[in-house]
Amino acid sequence: MAADLTRRRWVAPTNEPFWVRALLVLIGVVFMALFLVMPLVAVFSEAFRQGFEGFVKALQQPDAQSAIRLTLLVAAIAVPLNVIFGIAASWAIAKFEFKGKAFLITLIDLPFSVSPVISGLVYVLLFGSGSILGPWLKANGVEILFAVPGIVLATIFVTFPFVARELIPLMQDQGSGDEEAALSLGASGWQTFFRVTLPNIKWGLLYGVLLCNARAMGEFGAVAVVSGKIRGQTTTMPLQVEMFYNEYQGTAAFALASLLALLALVTLVLKTALEWRFGDELAATGRGH
Amino acid sequence: MDVRVDHVRKEFDRFPALHDVSLDIHSGELIALLGPSGSGKTTLLRLIAGLERPTAGKIFFGDEDASEKSVQERNIGFVFQHYALFRHMTILENVSFGLKVRPRSSRPAAGEIRKRAMELLDLVQLSGLEKRYPNQLSGGQRQRVALARALAIEPRVLLLDEPFGALDAQVRRDLRKWLREIHDRTGHTTVFVTHDQEEALELADRLCVMSQGRIEQVGSPDSVYDTPTSPFVFGFIGESSELPVNVDKGDIWLGDRPIGISSPEASGAARLFFRPHDIELVDNGAGLAGVVATSRRVGGTRRVELDIGGAGHRVEIDLPFDHPAGERTQIAFRPKRWTLFPPA
Repeated sequence: MAADLTRRRWVAPTNEPFWVRALLVLIGVVFMALFLVMPLVAVFSEAFRQGFEGFVKALQQPDAQSAIRLTLLVAAIAVPLNVIFGIAASWAIAKFEFKGKAFLITLIDLPFSVSPVISGLVYVLLFGSGSILGPWLKANGVEILFAVPGIVLATIFVTFPFVARELIPLMQDQGSGDEEAALSLGASGWQTFFRVTLPNIKWGLLYGVLLCNARAMGEFGAVAVVSGKIRGQTTTMPLQVEMFYNEYQGTAAFALASLLALLALVTLVLKTALEWRFGDELAATGRGH
Repeated sequence: MDVRVDHVRKEFDRFPALHDVSLDIHSGELIALLGPSGSGKTTLLRLIAGLERPTAGKIFFGDEDASEKSVQERNIGFVFQHYALFRHMTILENVSFGLKVRPRSSRPAAGEIRKRAMELLDLVQLSGLEKRYPNQLSGGQRQRVALARALAIEPRVLLLDEPFGALDAQVRRDLRKWLREIHDRTGHTTVFVTHDQEEALELADRLCVMSQGRIEQVGSPDSVYDTPTSPFVFGFIGESSELPVNVDKGDIWLGDRPIGISSPEASGAARLFFRPHDIELVDNGAGLAGVVATSRRVGGTRRVELDIGGAGHRVEIDLPFDHPAGERTQIAFRPKRWTLFPPA
């Protein structure tokens, strides 16, 4: 027995046998190939089924063009607003003590836990013709539902956790020491924010903006409920993809879908690049002892 | 710049952190706020800085009431325990920050700012490192940058919050000497917070010993060490032993034995405090007799713990390192210098 023990080679306690490692890697690779890579390849191959010209032609349709424009417009409104909200909320949570803080943090997560369809329905209930606000809005000629404002609102609702969620732990970890130092050196509140706070959170902020943007452009459920799907007016890219697909315009549907997939890939590459380049700062290890 | 803290009280969410504290800080002195954690020393420092607002009371800078002034208006230099250097700026940019954020009317020219920052880096012996970033510096170097940054704005008062708390022992000792030199050269009124009594005794002109949100004693290191005015200060500054004694007709008794010292003005129950090195051994006559419980060598002396009498009192005394006392040896001694306090 003792002889056996001495003959056996020493193995690190956390090291698994080769076949276990191989099996785990294999499961991971097969799963990824099946559920991630294949659909992605399918999207692009369908999009280019009629060659590059077919792809370009599909995207030049007026409906596709207006969907792209609307999506860009919605993202251009929703993302900056959520950046402002995200910075304000995480600033409040990280730097001040107040009652109901835990509740606010939970509330910020709400859009993650609520089905997007419900998020959309909330706005229908709030602004629809049967609601309290509905008749007043109609009388004053304000269009929210089945118009661009409704889509923007629903998108903001669905995407507002992204920036805040990224910044809250970062700012909590950094504390207010740097800000106090800047103030004690005579800096004003704005100088402190732009010269000290913002540089400290810039990578986390960029990361949050990327995720927020990807979701804002890709949101389907909430937008589908409030948009009314008026062709050429209130269809965003994801909605237009579905419409093309239902009308058997396979190439057009996949061409548009490939743009969204491309956006996702670009986001992913940027995110990885950020992590690789600024991993330490993103991990928010704080004041670097 | 004289700083006067006048009957200041501070509560956090109705929890009192400071009760009615008054303190006069003299122009040009180096004063230590010393106390255990939770004593309110950092709160007092932050109140002087303007990083906190007093619940009641006033703070004067010279004759001017600074209580309502913001931290920017007070023009103080603050050094944080964890440096709080701006990590995305170079050392030079960190030191220049306070001058660069000034309004245009009072901001020196760019060349002048750079020159002043370089002079300060020279003062803190960090010339040549101006292009580095804070995370490329050691802890001691970072704290010196933080000091240079605070000095750059020509503060009226320099406030340091446990400036050496995050550094290891050797660096601490070096920086202590170095801070004293800088202070003597620049002459800034300086307040620093520490929980390390050795640091406070060595560095400060005066000590302000704090406990539980109150000032216990203010005085020179010698006076605080030699004539503590409360049991807390006696126990907190330096080493001490305590015995519950009785005074009868001026003679001090422990239980049913006189211990050979007397205090004519006291009577009744009292607490006797003395320091381990302030004793003399007695061969015969009245004294405190005890049995050695533990004995260990501390530097040039032998620190011995004695069990006194049968009531489980234990005291510490210092013997010459070559004293033959071993465990269970009988030793009798008398305190040479001691203080009586009323019973708790």
